[in-house]
Amino acid sequence: MSVRTEPRSIRILIITVAVAFFALFLVLPLVCVFQNAFSKGLTFYVKTLQHPDALAAMRMTVITALVAVPLNLVFGVAASWLIAKFDFKGKDILLSLIDLPLSVSPVISGLVFILLFGAQGLLGEWLGDRNIQIVFAPPGIILATIFVTFPMVARELIPVMKAQGNEEEEAALTLGASGWRTFWLVTIPNIRWGILYGIILCNARAMGEFGAVSVVSGHIRGLTNTLPLHVEILYNEYQFAAAFAAASVLALLAIVTLVAKTAVEGMMRREH
Amino acid sequence: MSIEVRSIHKSFGSFKALEDVSLHVETGELVALLGPSGSGKTTLLRIVAGLEKVEEGQVFFGGEDASIQKVSERGVGFVFQHYALFRHMTVFDNIAFGLNAKPKNLRPPQAEIRARVSELLKLIQLEWVADRFPGQLSGGQRQRVALARALAVRPKVLLLDEPFGSLDAQVRKELRHWLRRFHDEFRITTLFVTHDQEEALEVADRIVVMNKGRIEQVGTPDEVYHDPANVFVLNFLGNVNLFHCRLDDGKVYFGNIGVEIPGVASDNARSANLYVRPHQFQITRDAGTGTSIKAAVAYVNPAGSVVKIDLKRETGEMIHVEISQAEFAALKIVRGDIVYVSLRDVTYSEYQI
Repeated sequence: MSVRTEPRSIRILIITVAVAFFALFLVLPLVCVFQNAFSKGLTFYVKTLQHPDALAAMRMTVITALVAVPLNLVFGVAASWLIAKFDFKGKDILLSLIDLPLSVSPVISGLVFILLFGAQGLLGEWLGDRNIQIVFAPPGIILATIFVTFPMVARELIPVMKAQGNEEEEAALTLGASGWRTFWLVTIPNIRWGILYGIILCNARAMGEFGAVSVVSGHIRGLTNTLPLHVEILYNEYQFAAAFAAASVLALLAIVTLVAKTAVEGMMRREH
Repeated sequence: MSIEVRSIHKSFGSFKALEDVSLHVETGELVALLGPSGSGKTTLLRIVAGLEKVEEGQVFFGGEDASIQKVSERGVGFVFQHYALFRHMTVFDNIAFGLNAKPKNLRPPQAEIRARVSELLKLIQLEWVADRFPGQLSGGQRQRVALARALAVRPKVLLLDEPFGSLDAQVRKELRHWLRRFHDEFRITTLFVTHDQEEALEVADRIVVMNKGRIEQVGTPDEVYHDPANVFVLNFLGNVNLFHCRLDDGKVYFGNIGVEIPGVASDNARSANLYVRPHQFQITRDAGTGTSIKAAVAYVNPAGSVVKIDLKRETGEMIHVEISQAEFAALKIVRGDIVYVSLRDVTYSEYQI
């Protein structure tokens, strides 16, 4: 028998508040997005998404994620391995640095790249002489996205690796395995679900990032727009149905992410 | 293969884990490193394995300097307290790991690896778990798999770090008898760490008693138990009663009761400490010859192979006594009774002062 001391009325009240809150702030907006997206019919919806600017924005978003996620994956695995398995000076500083993108406003994250690579920036002149365009061009978008998604994989892996400790690696070494083989045969398989989880979160953030990307993008249609920026442009031009149609793609991505995340969590639980 | 440890020094920050530790383990010996936590026993074992670097000193396997070798080159079998099985591999793959991890030119053919793993599974009597994952096994089963995994590569020496430390009392007893039988059969040089004196006394050929990063005594179980080198060893191996007494005229005085004990020199009078094991007492109902101490029975625990009795002296001091079930049956003592205790089989050694 479960121990429940609260009277029935209070239980009902608390549950009602929770459900209402959930419906109002999570379900309703999502329903709203899809309702507005289809407000002008399915044909209009398909046509909006097939518009060259929309396709270009989606392509830019996918390319950004394809570059940012693998880079942050490699970085995240390396950093969490270092932090979880070794003791060294400056470990706390490294940890804080990894968290930095989470603690600063995305606008600042974008601005940093303008200050670095913009025409008036620190490296602007040098880049200008060589005709290399970073900000207001795809490289800037990718750099800004890498910056804001920097902690996503590492944050997931550090606690997992810390909890697992070093013993399995030590066992592999005593059994004659080299450091390299130990890493690939023992360390990596042990964190595979953590890696997958990190990739999912990193990808969601990379595809959905608005603030930092907005600052460095320059909003050149068909060239430097990502999907979130495309939504904003359409909305500002009072093309509400089109804006929501584009937004629905992002909302779908969110749902897929959630499902994948839940599935991976289930796998992780089953293994422990 | 013999193990030789020569004047090892090791510290973690300002904490001195090992200070000038030297040890020799003969080929085929089963030696226990026994000590309280923080005594450096695990550190010493890890240094022998190469898992820990040393500041000073060397480790030799069969006369060959192992200090210059990496962990993976030393050829040790290491068993961890928490098993450290590869959680994502089956039992079979766990045991085969060491063979599969060998460089291509040294790796035995798959058929040979399979045969070796089957042989080991049979040895640990767990043939039916080959396809299971470590998470599906009990603690005792996991530790046996860990042992098989360590043995698969035919190590020169076997090192076990508190191998039974996280198991139930019953399984622990079973496994340590199994380890003893296994060792009697295969005679592989084995060094194992334990903080359980009973385990060390029961399993080991020789015991190395450690404390605060130093070796206090090395000897057979009989030697360290019956002839401890110092107070620490005496205290650590089994319970002991401490009496503050006076030595005078070749006798030991408890208050005004003087008892003759072999080994007491008849030199000048001085105060001394006398250590007496719980089984070195005799309880009687009457005062006898006047060399016994009067005490009240404070607690009786007859459950076990011996009966444990706590006595309270008139001074308030407690005496822990163990008597046989037969003696207990004859005495019929209960809580609150007044009895007389006298010493038996106590010999006096210098460190007891």
